[in-house]
Amino acid sequence: MTAIPADSAPKDRRRLAVHRVEIGDRIYEILTTACALVVPALVTAIAIAIFAAAWPALTKLSASIITSSDWDVGAGRFGAAPALFGTIVSSAVALVIATPLAIGVAIFLSEFSPRWLRQPVGFLVDLLAAVPSVVYGLWGIFVLIPMLREHVMPFLRDTLHLGATPFFSGAAYGPSMLAAGVILAIMALPYISAVSREVLLAVPRSQREAALALGATRWEMIRDAVVPYAKSGIIGGIMLGLGRALGETMAVTMVIGNRPEISASLFAPGYTMASLIANEFSEATSDLHLSALMAVGAVLFIITLIVNAIARWLVWQVSRERAI
Amino acid sequence: MTATLEHRLPKSRQALQPGTIEARDFSFWYGKKQALNNISLIVPPSSVTALIGPSGCGKSTFLRSINRLNDLIPGIRHEGDLSLDGQSIFDKDLDVVALRQRVGMVFQRWNPFPKSIYDNVAYGARINGVTRSSELDEVVERSLRRAALWDEVKDRLRTSALGLSGGQQQRVCIARALANQPEVLLLDEPASALDPGSTQKIEELVYELKRELTIVIVTHNLQQAARASDHTAFFFSGQLVELGPTDQIFTRPREERTDAYITGRFG
Repeated sequence: MTAIPADSAPKDRRRLAVHRVEIGDRIYEILTTACALVVPALVTAIAIAIFAAAWPALTKLSASIITSSDWDVGAGRFGAAPALFGTIVSSAVALVIATPLAIGVAIFLSEFSPRWLRQPVGFLVDLLAAVPSVVYGLWGIFVLIPMLREHVMPFLRDTLHLGATPFFSGAAYGPSMLAAGVILAIMALPYISAVSREVLLAVPRSQREAALALGATRWEMIRDAVVPYAKSGIIGGIMLGLGRALGETMAVTMVIGNRPEISASLFAPGYTMASLIANEFSEATSDLHLSALMAVGAVLFIITLIVNAIARWLVWQVSRERAI
Repeated sequence: MTATLEHRLPKSRQALQPGTIEARDFSFWYGKKQALNNISLIVPPSSVTALIGPSGCGKSTFLRSINRLNDLIPGIRHEGDLSLDGQSIFDKDLDVVALRQRVGMVFQRWNPFPKSIYDNVAYGARINGVTRSSELDEVVERSLRRAALWDEVKDRLRTSALGLSGGQQQRVCIARALANQPEVLLLDEPASALDPGSTQKIEELVYELKRELTIVIVTHNLQQAARASDHTAFFFSGQLVELGPTDQIFTRPREERTDAYITGRFG
Protein backbone atom coordinates (compact mmCIF):
# COMPACT_ATOMS: atom_id res chain seq x y z
CA MET A 1 0.00 0.00 0.00
CA THR A 2 1.95 2.97 -1.20
CA ALA A 3 -0.01 6.14 -0.95
CA ILE A 4 0.11 8.25 -4.10
CA PRO A 5 -0.65 11.91 -3.50
CA ALA A 6 -3.89 12.81 -5.22
CA ASP A 7 -2.41 15.72 -7.11
CA SER A 8 0.43 13.70 -8.63
CA ALA A 9 -1.76 12.45 -11.51
CA PRO A 10 -2.17 14.71 -14.57
CA LYS A 11 -5.34 16.73 -14.37
CA ASP A 12 -7.06 15.42 -17.51
CA ARG A 13 -6.45 11.80 -16.60
CA ARG A 14 -8.12 12.40 -13.28
CA ARG A 15 -11.22 13.79 -14.90
CA LEU A 16 -11.37 10.77 -17.22
CA ALA A 17 -11.16 8.40 -14.24
CA VAL A 18 -14.03 10.14 -12.48
CA HIS A 19 -16.14 9.86 -15.62
CA ARG A 20 -15.48 6.12 -15.93
CA VAL A 21 -16.36 5.56 -12.30
CA GLU A 22 -19.69 7.27 -12.90
CA ILE A 23 -20.59 4.89 -15.74
CA GLY A 24 -19.45 1.93 -13.63
CA ASP A 25 -21.60 3.12 -10.75
CA ARG A 26 -24.57 3.42 -13.05
CA ILE A 27 -24.21 -0.11 -14.48
CA TYR A 28 -23.65 -1.52 -11.03
CA GLU A 29 -26.72 0.25 -9.71
CA ILE A 30 -28.92 -1.06 -12.52
CA LEU A 31 -27.62 -4.62 -12.10
CA THR A 32 -28.13 -4.76 -8.35
CA THR A 33 -31.56 -3.13 -8.61
CA ALA A 34 -32.59 -5.75 -11.15
CA CYS A 35 -31.34 -8.53 -8.85
CA ALA A 36 -33.20 -7.04 -5.92
CA LEU A 37 -36.43 -6.83 -7.93
CA VAL A 38 -36.28 -10.43 -9.14
CA VAL A 39 -36.85 -11.84 -5.64
CA PRO A 40 -40.06 -10.01 -4.69
CA ALA A 41 -41.34 -10.55 -8.23
CA LEU A 42 -40.73 -14.29 -7.89
CA VAL A 43 -42.48 -14.47 -4.52
CA THR A 44 -45.46 -12.58 -5.89
CA ALA A 45 -45.61 -14.81 -8.97
CA ILE A 46 -45.55 -17.96 -6.83
CA ALA A 47 -48.26 -16.61 -4.53
CA ILE A 48 -50.48 -15.68 -7.49
CA ALA A 49 -49.99 -19.08 -9.13
CA ILE A 50 -50.84 -20.95 -5.93
CA PHE A 51 -53.93 -18.91 -5.13
CA ALA A 52 -55.17 -19.02 -8.74
CA ALA A 53 -54.86 -22.81 -8.79
CA ALA A 54 -56.44 -23.07 -5.35
CA TRP A 55 -59.32 -20.77 -6.21
CA PRO A 56 -61.85 -23.41 -7.48
CA ALA A 57 -61.41 -25.47 -4.28
CA LEU A 58 -61.51 -22.41 -2.04
CA THR A 59 -64.81 -21.18 -3.53
CA LYS A 60 -66.38 -24.63 -3.56
CA LEU A 61 -65.18 -25.89 -0.19
CA SER A 62 -64.64 -22.56 1.57
CA ALA A 63 -63.63 -22.92 5.24
CA SER A 64 -64.31 -26.67 5.38
CA ILE A 65 -60.88 -27.23 3.89
CA ILE A 66 -59.31 -26.37 7.26
CA THR A 67 -62.22 -27.18 9.59
CA SER A 68 -63.33 -30.58 8.32
CA SER A 69 -61.51 -33.83 9.00
CA ASP A 70 -63.22 -35.65 6.18
CA TRP A 71 -60.82 -36.23 3.28
CA ASP A 72 -62.62 -38.44 0.79
CA VAL A 73 -61.33 -38.04 -2.73
CA GLY A 74 -64.04 -40.25 -4.29
CA ALA A 75 -66.85 -38.30 -2.65
CA GLY A 76 -65.22 -34.97 -3.44
CA ARG A 77 -64.80 -34.02 0.21
CA PHE A 78 -61.54 -32.41 1.12
CA GLY A 79 -61.13 -31.53 4.80
CA ALA A 80 -57.47 -31.06 5.68
CA ALA A 81 -57.87 -30.24 9.38
CA PRO A 82 -55.77 -33.25 10.51
CA ALA A 83 -52.92 -32.16 8.24
CA LEU A 84 -53.09 -28.60 9.53
CA PHE A 85 -53.16 -29.94 13.10
CA GLY A 86 -50.23 -32.28 12.37
CA THR A 87 -48.12 -29.51 10.85
CA ILE A 88 -48.61 -27.26 13.85
CA VAL A 89 -48.19 -29.96 16.51
CA SER A 90 -45.13 -31.63 14.97
CA SER A 91 -43.45 -28.22 14.60
CA ALA A 92 -44.36 -27.27 18.16
CA VAL A 93 -42.92 -30.54 19.49
CA ALA A 94 -39.80 -29.89 17.44
CA LEU A 95 -39.36 -26.41 18.93
CA VAL A 96 -39.95 -27.65 22.48
CA ILE A 97 -37.15 -30.18 22.04
CA ALA A 98 -34.79 -28.14 19.86
CA THR A 99 -34.89 -24.71 21.50
CA PRO A 100 -33.35 -25.51 24.91
CA LEU A 101 -30.87 -27.88 23.29
CA ALA A 102 -29.81 -25.38 20.64
CA ILE A 103 -29.49 -22.49 23.09
CA GLY A 104 -27.53 -24.77 25.41
CA VAL A 105 -25.14 -25.64 22.58
CA ALA A 106 -24.84 -21.96 21.65
CA ILE A 107 -24.11 -20.87 25.23
CA PHE A 108 -21.54 -23.61 25.65
CA LEU A 109 -19.80 -22.69 22.41
CA SER A 110 -19.81 -18.96 23.02
CA GLU A 111 -19.14 -18.86 26.79
CA PHE A 112 -17.57 -22.05 28.11
CA SER A 113 -15.95 -23.94 25.28
CA PRO A 114 -12.18 -23.74 25.01
CA ARG A 115 -11.17 -21.95 21.86
CA TRP A 116 -9.86 -25.08 20.14
CA LEU A 117 -13.16 -26.89 20.60
CA ARG A 118 -15.37 -24.04 19.37
CA GLN A 119 -14.60 -24.45 15.66
CA PRO A 120 -14.99 -28.24 15.33
CA VAL A 121 -18.15 -28.52 17.45
CA GLY A 122 -19.69 -25.51 15.71
CA PHE A 123 -18.86 -27.09 12.36
CA LEU A 124 -20.49 -30.38 13.32
CA VAL A 125 -23.65 -28.63 14.47
CA ASP A 126 -23.77 -26.66 11.24
CA LEU A 127 -23.29 -29.92 9.36
CA LEU A 128 -26.67 -31.12 10.70
CA ALA A 129 -28.23 -28.56 8.39
CA ALA A 130 -26.43 -29.97 5.38
CA VAL A 131 -27.69 -33.58 5.70
CA PRO A 132 -30.34 -34.28 3.02
CA SER A 133 -33.77 -34.73 4.55
CA VAL A 134 -34.29 -38.14 2.93
CA VAL A 135 -31.27 -39.34 4.90
CA TYR A 136 -32.92 -38.13 8.09
CA GLY A 137 -36.03 -40.02 6.99
CA LEU A 138 -34.10 -43.27 6.54
CA TRP A 139 -32.36 -42.78 9.87
CA GLY A 140 -35.78 -42.16 11.38
CA ILE A 141 -37.19 -45.39 10.00
CA PHE A 142 -34.26 -47.61 10.88
CA VAL A 143 -32.95 -46.10 14.10
CA LEU A 144 -35.26 -43.52 15.65
CA ILE A 145 -38.60 -45.31 15.28
CA PRO A 146 -37.40 -48.66 16.73
CA MET A 147 -35.75 -46.76 19.59
CA LEU A 148 -38.91 -44.77 20.33
CA ARG A 149 -41.06 -47.90 20.14
CA GLU A 150 -38.83 -50.13 22.29
CA HIS A 151 -37.51 -47.68 24.87
CA VAL A 152 -38.65 -44.08 24.85
CA MET A 153 -42.39 -44.53 24.51
CA PRO A 154 -42.71 -47.27 27.17
CA PHE A 155 -40.48 -45.19 29.44
CA LEU A 156 -42.59 -42.05 29.07
CA ARG A 157 -45.89 -43.89 29.35
CA ASP A 158 -45.18 -46.46 32.06
CA THR A 159 -42.06 -45.52 34.01
CA LEU A 160 -42.87 -41.83 34.25
CA HIS A 161 -46.62 -42.58 34.41
CA LEU A 162 -47.26 -39.96 31.74
CA GLY A 163 -49.68 -42.48 30.17
CA ALA A 164 -52.29 -41.05 32.52
CA THR A 165 -52.30 -37.87 30.45
CA PRO A 166 -53.87 -38.01 26.99
CA PHE A 167 -50.62 -36.80 25.40
CA PHE A 168 -48.57 -39.94 26.02
CA SER A 169 -51.24 -42.64 26.01
CA GLY A 170 -52.13 -45.43 23.62
CA ALA A 171 -50.20 -48.08 21.76
CA ALA A 172 -46.62 -47.42 20.72
CA TYR A 173 -46.53 -48.25 17.03
CA GLY A 174 -43.48 -46.23 16.23
CA PRO A 175 -44.42 -43.96 13.33
CA SER A 176 -46.00 -41.07 15.16
CA MET A 177 -46.26 -37.38 15.78
CA LEU A 178 -43.48 -37.79 18.35
CA ALA A 179 -41.14 -39.34 15.78
CA ALA A 180 -41.85 -36.47 13.39
CA GLY A 181 -41.26 -33.95 16.18
CA VAL A 182 -37.90 -35.48 17.10
CA ILE A 183 -36.73 -35.58 13.47
CA LEU A 184 -37.82 -31.98 12.96
CA ALA A 185 -36.07 -30.96 16.18
CA ILE A 186 -32.79 -32.35 14.86
CA MET A 187 -33.32 -30.54 11.58
CA ALA A 188 -34.25 -27.21 13.19
CA LEU A 189 -31.50 -27.33 15.82
CA PRO A 190 -28.58 -26.16 13.66
CA TYR A 191 -30.51 -23.09 12.50
CA ILE A 192 -31.45 -22.00 16.01
CA SER A 193 -28.01 -22.85 17.34
CA ALA A 194 -26.01 -21.12 14.62
CA VAL A 195 -27.97 -17.86 14.88
CA SER A 196 -27.91 -17.92 18.69
CA ARG A 197 -24.17 -18.55 18.76
CA GLU A 198 -23.49 -15.60 16.49
CA VAL A 199 -25.61 -13.19 18.50
CA LEU A 200 -24.17 -14.38 21.82
CA LEU A 201 -20.65 -13.85 20.52
CA ALA A 202 -21.69 -10.38 19.40
CA VAL A 203 -22.69 -9.28 22.90
CA PRO A 204 -20.24 -6.48 23.76
CA ARG A 205 -17.54 -7.15 26.33
CA SER A 206 -18.68 -4.07 28.24
CA GLN A 207 -21.97 -5.80 29.09
CA ARG A 208 -20.16 -8.86 30.41
CA GLU A 209 -17.77 -6.73 32.42
CA ALA A 210 -20.64 -4.67 33.84
CA ALA A 211 -22.20 -7.78 35.35
CA LEU A 212 -18.92 -9.27 36.59
CA ALA A 213 -17.77 -5.99 38.14
CA LEU A 214 -20.99 -5.94 40.16
CA GLY A 215 -20.14 -9.30 41.66
CA ALA A 216 -22.08 -11.58 39.33
CA THR A 217 -20.91 -15.15 38.93
CA ARG A 218 -20.23 -16.38 35.44
CA TRP A 219 -23.64 -18.01 35.31
CA GLU A 220 -25.38 -14.86 36.53
CA MET A 221 -23.47 -12.86 33.94
CA ILE A 222 -24.75 -15.14 31.16
CA ARG A 223 -28.30 -15.17 32.51
CA ASP A 224 -28.63 -11.44 33.23
CA ALA A 225 -26.33 -9.66 30.81
CA VAL A 226 -25.51 -11.89 27.85
CA VAL A 227 -28.75 -13.72 27.04
CA PRO A 228 -31.09 -10.72 27.48
CA TYR A 229 -28.86 -8.65 25.23
CA ALA A 230 -29.01 -11.38 22.59
CA LYS A 231 -32.72 -12.09 23.06
CA SER A 232 -34.02 -10.64 19.82
CA GLY A 233 -31.46 -12.52 17.77
CA ILE A 234 -32.23 -15.78 19.56
CA ILE A 235 -35.95 -15.32 18.87
CA GLY A 236 -35.11 -14.75 15.24
CA GLY A 237 -33.17 -18.02 15.23
CA ILE A 238 -36.09 -19.90 16.79
CA MET A 239 -38.44 -18.55 14.15
CA LEU A 240 -36.01 -19.57 11.43
CA GLY A 241 -36.04 -23.08 12.92
CA LEU A 242 -39.84 -23.03 13.04
CA GLY A 243 -40.00 -22.04 9.39
CA ARG A 244 -37.76 -24.99 8.60
CA ALA A 245 -39.96 -27.36 10.61
CA LEU A 246 -43.25 -26.19 9.13
CA GLY A 247 -42.23 -26.78 5.56
CA GLU A 248 -40.17 -29.96 5.93
CA THR A 249 -41.69 -32.71 3.81
CA MET A 250 -39.65 -35.79 3.04
CA ALA A 251 -38.31 -36.80 6.46
CA VAL A 252 -41.67 -36.16 8.11
CA THR A 253 -43.59 -38.13 5.50
CA MET A 254 -41.29 -41.09 6.17
CA VAL A 255 -41.84 -41.21 9.94
CA ILE A 256 -45.19 -39.62 10.83
CA GLY A 257 -47.41 -42.54 9.74
CA ASN A 258 -49.52 -40.52 7.29
CA ARG A 259 -52.88 -41.12 8.93
CA PRO A 260 -55.27 -38.17 8.61
CA GLU A 261 -56.64 -38.22 12.13
CA ILE A 262 -56.52 -35.76 14.98
CA SER A 263 -55.34 -37.37 18.19
CA ALA A 264 -54.18 -35.77 21.41
CA SER A 265 -51.58 -38.50 21.85
CA LEU A 266 -48.12 -37.88 20.46
CA PHE A 267 -47.78 -41.66 20.11
CA ALA A 268 -50.50 -41.74 17.44
CA PRO A 269 -49.64 -41.41 13.76
CA GLY A 270 -50.56 -38.14 12.10
CA TYR A 271 -50.27 -36.20 8.89
CA THR A 272 -48.90 -32.86 7.83
CA MET A 273 -49.90 -30.52 5.04
CA ALA A 274 -46.57 -30.94 3.30
CA SER A 275 -46.87 -34.74 3.48
CA LEU A 276 -50.41 -34.62 2.20
CA ILE A 277 -49.42 -32.63 -0.85
CA ALA A 278 -46.36 -34.77 -1.55
CA ASN A 279 -48.28 -38.04 -1.19
CA GLU A 280 -51.32 -37.21 -3.27
CA PHE A 281 -50.11 -34.80 -5.92
CA SER A 282 -48.94 -37.42 -8.41
CA GLU A 283 -52.23 -39.33 -8.11
CA ALA A 284 -54.56 -36.39 -8.22
CA THR A 285 -56.83 -36.90 -11.22
CA SER A 286 -59.87 -34.70 -10.71
CA ASP A 287 -59.55 -30.96 -11.06
CA LEU A 288 -61.10 -30.39 -7.65
CA HIS A 289 -58.61 -32.75 -5.98
CA LEU A 290 -55.71 -30.91 -7.56
CA SER A 291 -57.18 -27.58 -6.61
CA ALA A 292 -57.77 -28.77 -3.03
CA LEU A 293 -54.10 -29.73 -2.73
CA MET A 294 -53.17 -26.30 -4.02
CA ALA A 295 -55.44 -24.81 -1.39
CA VAL A 296 -53.60 -26.79 1.30
CA GLY A 297 -50.39 -25.39 -0.14
CA ALA A 298 -51.86 -21.90 0.06
CA VAL A 299 -52.72 -22.42 3.74
CA LEU A 300 -49.15 -23.60 4.43
CA PHE A 301 -47.85 -20.56 2.57
CA ILE A 302 -49.98 -18.24 4.70
CA ILE A 303 -48.90 -19.93 7.93
CA THR A 304 -45.22 -19.51 7.11
CA LEU A 305 -45.90 -15.89 6.19
CA ILE A 306 -47.58 -15.36 9.56
CA VAL A 307 -44.71 -17.05 11.43
CA ASN A 308 -42.22 -14.80 9.70
CA ALA A 309 -44.34 -11.74 10.40
CA ILE A 310 -44.53 -12.67 14.08
CA ALA A 311 -40.78 -13.23 14.16
CA ARG A 312 -40.16 -9.80 12.65
CA TRP A 313 -42.60 -8.26 15.08
CA LEU A 314 -40.95 -9.91 18.10
CA VAL A 315 -37.50 -8.84 17.02
CA TRP A 316 -38.79 -5.35 16.39
CA GLN A 317 -40.47 -5.26 19.81
CA VAL A 318 -37.30 -6.29 21.59
CA SER A 319 -35.09 -3.88 19.72
CA ARG A 320 -37.60 -1.08 20.26
CA GLU A 321 -37.65 -1.77 24.01
CA ARG A 322 -33.91 -1.41 23.99
CA ALA A 323 -34.05 1.87 22.11
CA ILE A 324 -36.58 3.59 24.38
CA MET B 1 -27.92 -22.24 46.80
CA THR B 2 -27.07 -21.44 50.40
CA ALA B 3 -23.53 -22.57 49.81
CA THR B 4 -23.05 -19.95 47.13
CA LEU B 5 -24.72 -17.24 49.15
CA GLU B 6 -22.82 -17.85 52.36
CA HIS B 7 -19.48 -16.70 51.10
CA ARG B 8 -21.14 -13.57 49.82
CA LEU B 9 -21.87 -10.66 52.02
CA PRO B 10 -24.79 -10.58 54.42
CA LYS B 11 -27.89 -9.26 52.69
CA SER B 12 -28.40 -6.17 54.76
CA ARG B 13 -24.87 -5.27 55.62
CA GLN B 14 -23.92 -1.78 56.61
CA ALA B 15 -21.53 0.14 54.43
CA LEU B 16 -18.00 -1.02 55.05
CA GLN B 17 -15.27 1.34 56.11
CA PRO B 18 -13.43 2.84 53.14
CA GLY B 19 -10.78 0.37 52.04
CA THR B 20 -7.02 0.57 51.81
CA ILE B 21 -5.29 -0.81 48.74
CA GLU B 22 -1.69 -1.83 48.83
CA ALA B 23 0.52 -3.11 46.03
CA ARG B 24 3.82 -4.78 46.86
CA ASP B 25 6.26 -5.40 44.00
CA PHE B 26 3.30 -6.10 41.75
CA SER B 27 4.15 -7.18 38.20
CA PHE B 28 1.75 -8.29 35.53
CA TRP B 29 2.04 -10.03 32.16
CA TYR B 30 -0.33 -10.54 29.23
CA GLY B 31 1.25 -13.70 27.81
CA LYS B 32 4.88 -12.73 27.23
CA LYS B 33 4.25 -9.00 27.29
CA GLN B 34 4.95 -7.38 30.61
CA ALA B 35 2.41 -4.66 31.39
CA LEU B 36 3.37 -3.75 34.96
CA ASN B 37 6.81 -3.85 36.52
CA ASN B 38 7.31 -3.96 40.29
CA ILE B 39 4.59 -1.54 41.33
CA SER B 40 4.53 -0.69 45.02
CA LEU B 41 2.06 1.83 46.31
CA ILE B 42 -0.53 2.45 48.98
CA VAL B 43 -3.92 4.00 48.32
CA PRO B 44 -5.10 5.41 51.65
CA PRO B 45 -8.75 5.18 52.67
CA SER B 46 -11.23 8.01 52.01
CA SER B 47 -9.10 9.58 49.34
CA VAL B 48 -9.05 10.00 45.59
CA THR B 49 -5.99 8.68 43.82
CA ALA B 50 -5.56 9.52 40.15
CA LEU B 51 -3.54 7.25 37.87
CA ILE B 52 -2.11 9.20 34.95
CA GLY B 53 0.24 8.38 32.12
CA PRO B 54 0.31 7.91 28.35
CA SER B 55 -1.73 5.18 26.60
CA GLY B 56 -0.37 1.71 27.23
CA CYS B 57 1.51 2.73 30.37
CA GLY B 58 -0.30 0.13 32.46
CA LYS B 59 -2.62 2.34 34.49
CA SER B 60 -5.78 0.59 33.32
CA THR B 61 -4.18 -2.80 33.79
CA PHE B 62 -3.39 -1.83 37.37
CA LEU B 63 -6.93 -0.62 37.95
CA ARG B 64 -8.44 -3.80 36.51
CA SER B 65 -6.15 -5.89 38.68
CA ILE B 66 -7.68 -4.46 41.84
CA ASN B 67 -11.03 -6.16 41.22
CA ARG B 68 -9.39 -8.99 39.25
CA LEU B 69 -11.32 -8.21 36.10
CA ASN B 70 -8.25 -9.21 34.12
CA ASP B 71 -8.96 -12.80 35.17
CA LEU B 72 -11.11 -13.11 32.05
CA ILE B 73 -8.16 -12.72 29.74
CA PRO B 74 -6.34 -15.96 28.91
CA GLY B 75 -2.59 -16.16 29.44
CA ILE B 76 -2.25 -13.57 32.19
CA ARG B 77 0.24 -13.94 35.05
CA HIS B 78 1.31 -11.84 38.02
CA GLU B 79 4.05 -11.64 40.62
CA GLY B 80 4.11 -9.77 43.86
CA ASP B 81 0.91 -8.97 45.68
CA LEU B 82 -2.10 -6.70 45.82
CA SER B 83 -4.08 -6.42 49.01
CA LEU B 84 -7.31 -4.87 50.19
CA ASP B 85 -7.44 -3.99 53.90
CA GLY B 86 -4.42 -6.17 54.50
CA GLN B 87 -5.84 -9.28 52.82
CA SER B 88 -4.29 -10.45 49.57
CA ILE B 89 -6.81 -10.35 46.73
CA PHE B 90 -5.08 -13.42 45.30
CA ASP B 91 -5.66 -15.36 48.53
CA LYS B 92 -7.04 -18.82 47.70
CA ASP B 93 -9.77 -18.40 50.32
CA LEU B 94 -10.90 -15.09 48.89
CA ASP B 95 -13.96 -15.27 46.70
CA VAL B 96 -13.61 -13.14 43.58
CA VAL B 97 -17.34 -12.53 43.47
CA ALA B 98 -17.28 -11.12 47.00
CA LEU B 99 -14.20 -9.05 46.17
CA ARG B 100 -15.99 -7.45 43.23
CA GLN B 101 -18.89 -6.52 45.49
CA ARG B 102 -16.49 -4.75 47.83
CA VAL B 103 -14.71 -3.05 44.92
CA GLY B 104 -17.09 -1.35 42.51
CA MET B 105 -16.09 -0.29 39.02
CA VAL B 106 -17.28 2.24 36.45
CA PHE B 107 -16.06 2.05 32.88
CA GLN B 108 -15.02 4.53 30.24
CA ARG B 109 -17.93 3.70 27.99
CA TRP B 110 -21.12 3.71 30.09
CA ASN B 111 -22.63 0.25 29.95
CA PRO B 112 -26.06 0.08 31.58
CA PHE B 113 -27.96 -3.13 30.93
CA PRO B 114 -30.79 -2.78 28.39
CA LYS B 115 -33.23 -2.69 31.29
CA SER B 116 -35.06 -0.05 33.28
CA ILE B 117 -33.18 2.43 35.47
CA TYR B 118 -34.62 0.66 38.52
CA ASP B 119 -33.52 -2.80 37.40
CA ASN B 120 -30.04 -1.55 36.62
CA VAL B 121 -29.50 -0.10 40.07
CA ALA B 122 -31.20 -3.01 41.84
CA TYR B 123 -29.07 -5.57 40.02
CA GLY B 124 -26.37 -6.05 42.64
CA ALA B 125 -28.90 -6.39 45.45
CA ARG B 126 -30.98 -8.86 43.46
CA ILE B 127 -28.11 -11.22 42.74
CA ASN B 128 -27.39 -11.14 46.46
CA GLY B 129 -30.84 -12.53 47.08
CA VAL B 130 -32.73 -9.39 48.07
CA THR B 131 -36.28 -9.89 46.85
CA ARG B 132 -38.43 -7.72 49.16
CA SER B 133 -39.58 -4.78 47.08
CA SER B 134 -39.46 -2.33 49.98
CA GLU B 135 -35.82 -3.20 50.55
CA LEU B 136 -35.02 -2.91 46.83
CA ASP B 137 -36.82 0.44 46.61
CA GLU B 138 -34.67 1.69 49.45
CA VAL B 139 -31.43 0.50 47.85
CA VAL B 140 -32.38 2.09 44.52
CA GLU B 141 -33.35 5.43 46.02
CA ARG B 142 -30.32 5.64 48.29
CA SER B 143 -27.92 4.73 45.47
CA LEU B 144 -29.46 7.15 42.99
CA ARG B 145 -29.32 9.91 45.58
CA ARG B 146 -25.66 9.19 46.24
CA ALA B 147 -25.04 9.35 42.49
CA ALA B 148 -26.83 12.73 42.39
CA LEU B 149 -29.33 11.38 39.90
CA TRP B 150 -32.46 10.80 41.98
CA ASP B 151 -34.18 14.11 41.26
CA GLU B 152 -33.65 13.73 37.53
CA VAL B 153 -35.02 10.20 37.20
CA LYS B 154 -37.36 9.55 40.12
CA ASP B 155 -40.45 9.84 37.90
CA ARG B 156 -39.14 7.53 35.23
CA LEU B 157 -37.48 4.72 37.15
CA ARG B 158 -39.28 2.06 35.11
CA THR B 159 -38.18 3.38 31.74
CA SER B 160 -35.12 2.08 29.93
CA ALA B 161 -31.79 3.37 31.17
CA LEU B 162 -30.69 3.61 27.55
CA GLY B 163 -33.09 6.52 27.02
CA LEU B 164 -31.04 8.79 29.28
CA SER B 165 -28.27 11.13 28.16
CA GLY B 166 -24.70 9.84 28.20
CA GLY B 167 -23.86 11.62 31.44
CA GLN B 168 -27.01 10.32 33.11
CA GLN B 169 -26.29 6.79 31.90
CA GLN B 170 -22.83 7.03 33.38
CA ARG B 171 -24.34 8.13 36.70
CA VAL B 172 -26.75 5.16 36.52
CA CYS B 173 -23.64 3.01 36.27
CA ILE B 174 -22.15 4.78 39.28
CA ALA B 175 -25.40 4.30 41.23
CA ARG B 176 -25.41 0.65 40.21
CA ALA B 177 -21.90 0.24 41.60
CA LEU B 178 -22.74 2.16 44.79
CA ALA B 179 -25.78 -0.04 45.44
CA ASN B 180 -23.41 -2.82 46.50
CA GLN B 181 -22.06 -0.50 49.27
CA PRO B 182 -18.50 -0.95 48.10
CA GLU B 183 -15.53 0.23 50.11
CA VAL B 184 -13.54 1.05 46.98
CA LEU B 185 -14.71 2.55 43.69
CA LEU B 186 -12.60 2.16 40.57
CA LEU B 187 -13.23 4.68 37.79
CA ASP B 188 -11.73 3.92 34.40
CA GLU B 189 -11.75 7.24 32.53
CA PRO B 190 -15.37 7.80 33.59
CA ALA B 191 -15.76 11.17 31.87
CA SER B 192 -13.57 10.88 28.79
CA ALA B 193 -16.57 10.45 26.47
CA LEU B 194 -18.77 13.06 28.16
CA ASP B 195 -19.45 16.72 27.49
CA PRO B 196 -17.94 19.33 29.88
CA GLY B 197 -21.18 19.77 31.87
CA SER B 198 -21.54 16.06 32.54
CA THR B 199 -17.84 15.79 33.28
CA GLN B 200 -18.17 18.45 35.94
CA LYS B 201 -21.07 16.60 37.54
CA ILE B 202 -19.02 13.41 37.70
CA GLU B 203 -16.09 15.27 39.24
CA GLU B 204 -18.32 16.86 41.87
CA LEU B 205 -19.71 13.43 42.58
CA VAL B 206 -16.23 11.99 43.03
CA TYR B 207 -15.49 14.75 45.50
CA GLU B 208 -18.68 13.99 47.46
CA LEU B 209 -18.15 10.25 47.48
CA LYS B 210 -14.61 10.22 48.80
CA ARG B 211 -15.85 10.85 52.33
CA GLU B 212 -17.46 7.43 52.30
CA LEU B 213 -15.20 5.34 50.15
CA THR B 214 -11.80 5.08 48.56
CA ILE B 215 -11.62 6.09 44.92
CA VAL B 216 -9.06 5.23 42.28
CA ILE B 217 -9.53 7.04 38.99
CA VAL B 218 -7.70 6.49 35.72
CA THR B 219 -7.71 9.57 33.55
CA HIS B 220 -6.15 11.01 30.45
CA ASN B 221 -7.32 14.43 31.45
CA LEU B 222 -4.59 16.05 33.52
CA GLN B 223 -6.79 18.96 34.61
CA GLN B 224 -9.25 16.42 35.88
CA ALA B 225 -6.57 14.65 37.89
CA ALA B 226 -5.44 17.99 39.28
CA ARG B 227 -8.98 19.04 40.19
CA ALA B 228 -10.43 15.85 41.55
CA SER B 229 -7.66 13.88 43.24
CA ASP B 230 -5.71 13.98 46.50
CA HIS B 231 -2.87 11.80 45.27
CA THR B 232 -1.53 11.28 41.80
CA ALA B 233 0.46 8.34 40.50
CA PHE B 234 2.32 8.75 37.23
CA PHE B 235 2.77 5.52 35.28
CA PHE B 236 5.14 5.14 32.36
CA SER B 237 5.85 1.93 30.39
CA GLY B 238 4.58 -0.31 33.13
CA GLN B 239 6.47 1.43 35.89
CA LEU B 240 5.32 3.70 38.64
CA VAL B 241 7.49 6.74 38.09
CA GLU B 242 6.22 8.95 40.84
CA LEU B 243 3.47 9.01 43.45
CA GLY B 244 2.69 11.93 45.68
CA PRO B 245 0.17 14.53 46.75
CA THR B 246 -1.53 15.92 43.67
CA ASP B 247 -0.36 19.50 44.40
CA GLN B 248 3.22 18.44 44.55
CA ILE B 249 3.08 16.27 41.42
CA PHE B 250 1.63 19.08 39.37
CA THR B 251 3.75 21.91 40.74
CA ARG B 252 7.03 20.40 41.91
CA PRO B 253 7.45 16.92 40.32
CA ARG B 254 10.60 15.21 41.50
CA GLU B 255 11.10 13.15 38.35
CA GLU B 256 12.10 14.59 35.01
CA ARG B 257 9.71 12.26 33.14
CA THR B 258 6.75 13.39 35.28
CA ASP B 259 7.59 16.99 34.56
CA ALA B 260 7.81 16.25 30.84
CA TYR B 261 4.44 14.51 30.85
CA ILE B 262 2.47 17.05 32.84
CA THR B 263 3.85 19.93 30.84
CA GLY B 264 2.80 18.17 27.65
CA ARG B 265 6.19 17.41 26.19
CA PHE B 266 5.04 13.85 25.43
CA GLY B 267 2.05 11.55 25.87
